[in-house]
Amino acid sequence: MRNPQLDAQGGLTHLLTLEGLPAAVITQILDTAVPFVSIGEREVKKVPLLRGKAVFNLFFENSTRTRTTFEIAAKRLSADVINLNIGASSTSKGETVLDTIDNLTAMDADIFVVRHSESGAPHLIAAHLNATGRRHVHVVNAGDGRHQHPTQGLLDLFTIRHYKRDFRNLSVAIVGDVLHSRVARSLIQGLATVGTPDIRVVAPKTLVPAEVGSLGVRVFNDMRAGIGGCDVVVMLRLQSERMRGALLPSVGEYFKHYGLTPEKLALAKPDAIVMHPGPMNRGVEIDSAVADGDRSVILPQVTFGIAVRMAVMSIIAGSQGSRA
Amino acid sequence: MKIEILGGRVIDPACDADAVANVYVAAGRIAAIGDAPAGWSASRTIDARGLVVCPGLVDLAARLREPGFEHKATLESELDAACAGGVTSLACPPDTDPPLDEPGLVEMLTHRARLQNRVRVHPVGALTQRLEGAEITEMNELAEAGCVAFSQADRPVTDTQVLLRAMQYAATFGFAVWLRAQDAWLGRGGVAHEGEIATRLGLAGVPAIAESIALSTLIALARETGVRLHVCRISAAESVALIRDAKRSGLAITCDVAIHHVHLCDIDIGWFDPLARFAPPLRGTRDRDALRQGLRDGTIDAIASDHTPVDDDAKQLPFAESEAGATALELLLPLTLKWATEAGIALPQALARITSRAGDVLGVANAGRIVAGAPGDLCIFDPQAHWRVERSALKSQGKNTPFLGLEMPAKVRWTLVGGQAVYEA
Repeated sequence: MRNPQLDAQGGLTHLLTLEGLPAAVITQILDTAVPFVSIGEREVKKVPLLRGKAVFNLFFENSTRTRTTFEIAAKRLSADVINLNIGASSTSKGETVLDTIDNLTAMDADIFVVRHSESGAPHLIAAHLNATGRRHVHVVNAGDGRHQHPTQGLLDLFTIRHYKRDFRNLSVAIVGDVLHSRVARSLIQGLATVGTPDIRVVAPKTLVPAEVGSLGVRVFNDMRAGIGGCDVVVMLRLQSERMRGALLPSVGEYFKHYGLTPEKLALAKPDAIVMHPGPMNRGVEIDSAVADGDRSVILPQVTFGIAVRMAVMSIIAGSQGSRA
Repeated sequence: MKIEILGGRVIDPACDADAVANVYVAAGRIAAIGDAPAGWSASRTIDARGLVVCPGLVDLAARLREPGFEHKATLESELDAACAGGVTSLACPPDTDPPLDEPGLVEMLTHRARLQNRVRVHPVGALTQRLEGAEITEMNELAEAGCVAFSQADRPVTDTQVLLRAMQYAATFGFAVWLRAQDAWLGRGGVAHEGEIATRLGLAGVPAIAESIALSTLIALARETGVRLHVCRISAAESVALIRDAKRSGLAITCDVAIHHVHLCDIDIGWFDPLARFAPPLRGTRDRDALRQGLRDGTIDAIASDHTPVDDDAKQLPFAESEAGATALELLLPLTLKWATEAGIALPQALARITSRAGDVLGVANAGRIVAGAPGDLCIFDPQAHWRVERSALKSQGKNTPFLGLEMPAKVRWTLVGGQAVYEA
């Protein structure tokens, strides 16, 4: 099967995953996002690139933060935004995902921003739209199960490039619950594509997925060794439910071994930046002194996130012109 | 009805017989092979020149979906599929709704199958009530109603004491138990082989050791109880090695593999293709190679279709939510021959896996054989013909197969059950 996110000309028509996305397309998105950052600083925070287009935020799994950033991004592009919390409506009435999509395409949706708790749901939707001749409708994956969160991965790349200029000499450590993290998968594949030479994964063995080395990373179980000499430290959110099984014994023990403290951060390069996809658990994966410290770029990540999502939506919805 | 089948290449895999010969069928049985019986006059002649005449296929796992899942498939539709696939005897697992744990249900099923008067349907009874793995079923009653063995389908018995008792009880009366090896905890929530692909796609994994640990337990309990154990649908390389060792040590166990696992691996999931969702999951290329080696050296006795018709509504879902399994009755013969060609296996040896060896596991006399006196259950196919798997080409109500759109070797021309032609094409 052809890569379902590219059209016949190789242009981006859906954004489903960073895996297999050409480096040129990633660079195009990052470059497109640069001028969008300053739009947020203007008095009139709008450009007309998506005027008349309808963006449906389709959240089968709740996430106020991600939904809000997509909503702001779409509105700054002058699109009409419709928010649907499907988690609380259709599927509970027995409607399948694809029935929901068919109904909403009948309402002339142009872009679906999809968040789903199951890996692969956005692929299913995109494949369905492609197979039923509705290639003018686009899908943006806003997080699917443990699989991908590509716009998060892109905003992470944008942030790293903003502060470090170039990927080709960097050491990046991704710390925490890699097993359940779609953010980690997107970032690892994005970093590898743009040529990052040293990508590390730091976690206890219970939170490292099988054969993760095949993604091109080095695995460290010891955090001090793992972040030693790094240029970028990316902390992952630890869901509280991970404490209930046999993956981890307690918050206290996790924080002691894998929480980012000023003392551990001192092992990274002096100019290393600290990132986090949010929302943070202070005192679980990150110490407040680090989260609020001068090395933290966690809030700029949020700002850049809007610009990157504007770039993605303007590129995919513009890639095939109007539906005529 | 007296039928003569003239000039075909007659293969009886059980004794490695492979020669052009005439076959004469009368009174529901094979009357003679070679020369016509004295005073023979046929009411029907089948010209089998250029065709292979082999025993009707014996499938160790075909879900007919009755009772309980008639929206996915019915006895009528699936027996059509069996006939078109050359399958003349099939065992159906007990994972119906309700499960086959009561004699009445089994009698109803066998009665309905007999009314169809086509394929021989052999129910496999539930080993435990409601397949819950807690209380054993009335195995003698179920056997009288027609059950050929006892099984848990895809639901493991987690309590090893229950498993031991169930095996002891089955052994008391000489019943066979057919079990899948699956550790309930290690594979919990998993939907794909734990490895590179599942990691990439963010799918919860079922590690290969979930199968090998459970298999070690099954083998130890079989040794302890002396029960006739048939291990169903092994999927991992380590399992092949465990079975091989157990057989070498003299333990009388048998095992089968699903045809999909002979051809596919986790890479075939591609971009979350729900048609590649199976239980057990498709495993790595190394596992697939080991399964093929196990088939070649006889460690694996039989190939089952593991036929599972699934409706589109239950398939067209995100990978983990979609129902596992594929329709396969009509693909068992082509895919087995495809394996034989690829692996350089002679036709009689390949066919043995879906006829005589499977018949031995089934424990029904002469199932999967062509000998004088055996039931006239035959499959006559054109080994040179090719066809494309299309939804419209499948008789099964389930159109769910990862082989859609692919070219298949061999086309069934006639299927005979009890000396009656139940399929012609």
